[in-house]
Order: sequence, then structure tokens, then C-alpha cells
Amino acid sequence: MSITFAATPRSVPATPPRTRGRRGRAARRTLTGWGFAAPATLIVVGLSIFPAVWAFFISRTKWNGIAPAVDVGWRNYQRIAEDPDAVAAAQHTLVLTLIFVPASILLGMLIAVALNQRIRLIGFYRTCIFVPYVASAAATGILASFVFNPQFGAANEVLRRLGIPTQQFLESPKEALFVIVLIALWGEIGFTAVVYLAALQDIPQELVEAAVVDGASRLRVFLHITLPELRPVTVFTAIWQTITAMQLFDLIFTTTRGGPLNSTQTVVYYIYELAFQTQRLGYGAAVAYLLFAVTMLLTVGVIWYSRRTGSEAF
Amino acid sequence: MAIATPRRRWLPFSGWHLLLMPLALIFVLPLVQMVLTSFMTTAEINQFPPKLIPTSLHLAGYKALLTESHVVRWFINTVIVSTIAVVSHLVLCSLAGYGFARLKFAGRGIAFLLIVATVMIPTQLLMIPTYLMFARAGIVDTLAAAFVPWLASAFGIFLMRQFFLSLPVELEEAARLDGCSTLRTFVSVVLPLARPAMATLAIFTLLSSWNDLLWPLVAISDDTKFTLQVGLASFQGTRRTEWAQLMAGNVIATLPLILAFLVAQKKFIATMTFSGLKG
Repeated sequence: MSITFAATPRSVPATPPRTRGRRGRAARRTLTGWGFAAPATLIVVGLSIFPAVWAFFISRTKWNGIAPAVDVGWRNYQRIAEDPDAVAAAQHTLVLTLIFVPASILLGMLIAVALNQRIRLIGFYRTCIFVPYVASAAATGILASFVFNPQFGAANEVLRRLGIPTQQFLESPKEALFVIVLIALWGEIGFTAVVYLAALQDIPQELVEAAVVDGASRLRVFLHITLPELRPVTVFTAIWQTITAMQLFDLIFTTTRGGPLNSTQTVVYYIYELAFQTQRLGYGAAVAYLLFAVTMLLTVGVIWYSRRTGSEAF
Repeated sequence: MAIATPRRRWLPFSGWHLLLMPLALIFVLPLVQMVLTSFMTTAEINQFPPKLIPTSLHLAGYKALLTESHVVRWFINTVIVSTIAVVSHLVLCSLAGYGFARLKFAGRGIAFLLIVATVMIPTQLLMIPTYLMFARAGIVDTLAAAFVPWLASAFGIFLMRQFFLSLPVELEEAARLDGCSTLRTFVSVVLPLARPAMATLAIFTLLSSWNDLLWPLVAISDDTKFTLQVGLASFQGTRRTEWAQLMAGNVIATLPLILAFLVAQKKFIATMTFSGLKG
């Protein structure tokens, strides 16, 4: 079928729109269009915009899900700033994001450049580095609690062999958050690397060759040709990984569950606890709304900045 | 595992190997250890210093997991959820993607804008009201709670729309000149060309729905209705030290996707690339 049509000459004349029955046709077109678009649109919007609006109303109540909700106005929002748990959760999320995002961009780019080389075993390397991405965050978390187990985990065994003092890792309030960043990087870097790799392969070879002919060093080619070409991808990755970091939940749920001593309790984990463990639905929704506002401001900010500086990611 | 240090002299092989080999091992060895540990006895696992290779293929972990949890049930549930998610995504997102790419209809702009807006809404904001919606619809504690959030997605609609926009419009015009209806044109002209995009969409949906923890965790508490991810997480909560069983569960939950990845690596990478470059 497609072959016959593909063989059709490309210069098929476009029919000019006729004036007769224009309105009836427009109505039919709208009906057809919605027939195509409506089912998916209804599901996507119904499962996000509608509950998001509902969440706003919940956020202005005090409600345990059973007794009638009591309207409290903006009080839930005012309480967030005075809630030490919320402030701590925000700090943990901030630390996690500030390490995770730059690390995943730099490492992802480095790995992509390495994987773009034409050397032996490259297929093997690619497979190895991408495969953790398909493992679920839940399974990754369970595996990580084993690898980083202070008593018999492989991580401490490696440290011991290298003569470095062994660590408590996920059981230490000081280290747990950083270990979680490491684990998240392990699971997510494949994605960043793939995206950068594709972008690298899209860079026109003539550009690079011309620069080399002009006598540019490899480093200069990278800095002045490759990096600018990668900009849109970097903007995208920054946004994507910021959202990933800010919404990191599964990994925390299957490693520390917010502990030890709440040291890995992030904002999203706190929301989950408020809503589903302590049944404070109104307050939980308020914290969730604040997170949404921050995410949106960040995203819009990055997009605005990248537009202003002339990159075409969005 | 010794970390190689770069040497100053020219190597008999590319210097990139010194970076890539340790990295590759860091990424893949934990998974290897996961598989090997699932075949160990508890005594072997608790040994000091730790060992990587089991003395023989002990199945105690798998046997205990099978008798002490509903892992088979969880596996079947996950397959059901993912199948429904993938089929529904393929049908609904292709339709909507085509509608947004090619058909002009009143309200199209607003509808598409709403879909774009949904991407920025964090799942955590939706947890509470969605749970309440599910409760009112009577699907809490059923598998529907796990697959309803995956029936269609903004990403799926974008992906298909983007693909249809990239097709030359002449084919469809020719079909229409031949008297095909819009639906007929879509089904017999456009869809056959959309196979690569649909494969990407199927992989994306499979990964997301198979690996989803949050929705089933929030909405399902009956342990015969768990998916693998929730089942494992809850099993871990009660058996923190039964590593052979936990690793066996991990193997069962991740191996299908890892095998699929190894078989269709190119397609998986195309999926990841697409979600990165155009999602």
C-alpha cells in the first residue's frame, strides 16, 4: 500500500478550498478532529489538570480524608515556612538537585564523547552504560541497599581493598543523601549520555573537519564547535534532570525511606508521608502546590534564559 | 577492581579505554552481582570478606520468594498492566497525535496547550486528588488503579504528533483525492509508515508502566493486586536482611526489560534519544 503511494509523483496539485458548504464542512472537520484527539486528551487532562485544580481546593482545607474538610484559607501555606520538617525537606531537595543536575550533565557529556569514539569494544561499552536505565528505580534502590550495606556490601569491600576507611553510607545521616545522588546518577546517566550521543552524531562532520584543516586543536574544536552545537540538548537536559531530581521518590522509598534521622527526606517524600502516612491531606496538598510553583518558575526561567541567549531548544 | 591511571606514553590501545572500561564495569557489575547474589545462600551472602561468585546455583532465595510472597501473581499483574498500557497508548496517542498534527478543528490550539501544560505538573501534586478520584470510581485496590494513569500520556501524544508532522503531506493528499475518508487515510496510509514511531512509543510505555511504583503504591494495598515494583518494595520492608530473596525478586522484576533491551538495543536507544531530543 505504502509503496504505491510512495511511487505517486510528489507534484500532486493541492485542491483549492471550495466555498460551497463551507460551514457544514468546518463542523464536520471539527467533529472528525475531536474524534481523533478527544479520547487521549480527556485522559491526559482528566488525570492531571482536573486533579491539579482539585488539589488546590484541598490545599486550603484541614482534612484527614474521613471527617469533613474544614476551610482554613491560606493557613496551610503560611505554616510551611515555620515547619522545620518542610524546611529540612526543601534543603535536602536543593542539595540533591544542585549536585545531581550538574553532575549528570558533565558526566553524561563526557561519557557521550567517549562513546562517540570509533574504538574497539564500543558496542560493549554502550550496552553496559545504558543498561541500568531500564532497571526500575525500585529495583535499583533495593540493589543499592545491598551494594552499600556497611557490613558486607561491595562498596565497602572496594574501599577496604583501596585502603580507604569503610563508610556507613545509607545508614549515616551525613552520607545518605550523597549516596542517593550517586545511585540516582547510576540509574539516570545512561539517559543523559544517549541524548548527548545522538546530538554529537548530528553535528555536521564538515564543521569539525574544516576546523581541523584550519589547524584547531581537538580541545578547541570541542569548545568552539561541539559545545555550542550541544547547547539545546544541555538546556533540555538541565530541565529534565532538575525535574527528575526534584521528584525523586522511588529510590528513596526503597533505600532509606527518608531516614536516617530524616536526612534523606525530600519534599516529595514528605508530601507522600503527609498524605498517606499521617493523613494530613490539606497540608500535604499545600506543600505539593508550593513544589509545583517552584518547578514551574524554574522551568519557565530556564526556557526564558535559553530563548534570550538564542538557543533553540524550545 | 583497580582504577587505571592514565599513562604519559602512547598506549597500544586508545586512551579512551582507560575511561570507558572502569565506567562500564561500574554500571554493569552491580547488576551482575544482583543476579549472582540471587543464587547464594544466606550464609554465603553474610560471609566476610564478601564473595561475588556463589559456590553453586542455590535456588533457596527463589523458592522462599515463591512460597512467602505472591510474586507470580505480581508478575502476571505487571504483565497485564503493561500490556493494557502499551496497547492503549498505541491506539489513543496515534489518533490524538494525528489529530493535532494534521486535522484542523475548533479548540485544537487550546487542547494542545492544556496537554503541554500537564507536563509541568508534578505527580506528587496529583497523588491526593487522584487517589480520591479512584476511590470514588471504585477502582482503589484493583489493577485498574495501576493502568488507568498509563492509558495515554502527554509524551505519547507529542511523540506521535512530532512524527506525523515529519511525514510528507502529499501521501495523505493523494489518498484523499482517491476518495479515502480521514480515518481510512489514517489507518491505511499513515499508520503503516508510523511503525518506527510506534515502536518507540511502545518501548517508552512499557518502561514507564512496568517500572511505575508510585501509582500502585498509593492506590493498591491488597497484596494479591500488587505489581512487581510495589510487591518488591513491600517485601523489602518486611524482610530487610533476606538478600537472596530480595535479589531474586529484583532479577524477576528487571530481567524481562534487560533482556528486551539487549535484544532490541537500537530501538531502546532510539526511544531514549527521542524522549531527550523532542520530548
